[in-house]
Amino acid sequence: MFANLDFDVIRRALPYLFYEGMTFTLTLTALAALGGLVFGTALALMRLSGYKILGRIAGVYVDFMRSLPLVLVIFWFYFLVPYIGQWVTGASRPISVGAFASSLITFIMFEAAYFSEIMRAGIQSISRGQPAAASALGLTYAQTMRYVVLPQAFRNMLPVLITQTIVLFQDTSLVYVLSITDFLGAASKVAQRDGRLVEMYLFAAVVYFTISCIASFGVRRLQARIAIIR
Amino acid sequence: MNYNWNWGIFFQPNPMGTGTYLDMLLSGLVLTLKTAALAWVIALITGSLVGVMRTLPSKGANWFGFAYVEFFRNMPLLVQLFLWFFVLPELLPKTAGTWLKQLPNAPFWTAAIGIGFFMSARVAVQLQAGIGSLPRGQKMAATALGLTTVQAYRYVLLPMAFRIILPPLTSEFLNTIKNTAVAITIGLLELTGQARSMQEFSFQVFEAFTAATILYLLVNAVVVTAMRFLERWVAIPGYITGK
Repeated sequence: MFANLDFDVIRRALPYLFYEGMTFTLTLTALAALGGLVFGTALALMRLSGYKILGRIAGVYVDFMRSLPLVLVIFWFYFLVPYIGQWVTGASRPISVGAFASSLITFIMFEAAYFSEIMRAGIQSISRGQPAAASALGLTYAQTMRYVVLPQAFRNMLPVLITQTIVLFQDTSLVYVLSITDFLGAASKVAQRDGRLVEMYLFAAVVYFTISCIASFGVRRLQARIAIIR
Repeated sequence: MNYNWNWGIFFQPNPMGTGTYLDMLLSGLVLTLKTAALAWVIALITGSLVGVMRTLPSKGANWFGFAYVEFFRNMPLLVQLFLWFFVLPELLPKTAGTWLKQLPNAPFWTAAIGIGFFMSARVAVQLQAGIGSLPRGQKMAATALGLTTVQAYRYVLLPMAFRIILPPLTSEFLNTIKNTAVAITIGLLELTGQARSMQEFSFQVFEAFTAATILYLLVNAVVVTAMRFLERWVAIPGYITGK
């Protein structure tokens, strides 16, 4: 069944696949995870701030994003970002935003909803005595969060955050719907040019599988190492 | 914003001659629900089998369950759909491959099966956690009563475990519905796909996507409400959620 397959096509496409495709995928994953974490933490803080309106806004945002399919959100931002850009810069026509910027904004906004739920759980896992002790020491709210609560919440949730990043890494393949050259997009372009769909998609599957497997194995090791003994 | 809003577009006939644009979106919604329903049946059945296997005392069954879950969890859904759709027919014997390729509604069956197996790994993990959260005494008591392993799972462990994992299963079901949108890449005209083609035909981007968004939110609300009722109906007396 593998008799008439030509695996040499993969070797010839390797530089393109990794320099163009994988670089895009990994950069997008890293930046989106970072942005999503920052924005997500802000959402979590809004939800736990005690101000009803702030909490409501963050809650509606998170629920809204989590009930939509990522593909639809990708399309939304792809068409919406030029208009937002026009509105922000005051230009006379919708500004053109590159494929990378558009997908980065999409993934930051989308992943923030998921990261915020993780950070919220992390913050809530800190015992009440900690912020109480911090304010007894005279720390302000910002200082309490910065030096006491968030570092511990982040540490407790690190395995979950990385697991979510692995999911994000796999989800970046969905930029395929915008014909962007991420790793899968590159594989698919070569596949269609050379008529070698089977070889290229099998190879893409193996690469995604290997990277995700190694990463989730790392998470398990990390989880065992950093667990705080209570 | 210099964008020509035209909310009346939904009541104009679509170029396919299948009624209005709204009919087009609704047919997409129906296909989304059909695909999700079939995928969920596959996910529940195979996921439950694999989840149970991971809790059995047999080493072989454990290992199989572990490999199964890792296999389906560590590949993007999009890649899995491509494997089912483009790669599988080529690797099968010629007659079977041709039969697969000529199957009517191939995107629908591929999407349902692909998403079904993708989600089954998640169901398996949830069920394993649910069975693991039961006190050890339950399995022991079942054995002491003379129940076979099958009976212990059928009458003691699974009825408890499924009730415990009902809330996470609800969100996995919602994920199944959302994941059907990925099937747009293999040409399934589900809700997102229909919104996209409406945008291409009519150039009314934001109206089309707004309508799709509202329909997804509605489906979400209906599922969440229905599952709340189900949770209350099957709640175990004596537990926090019980009566």
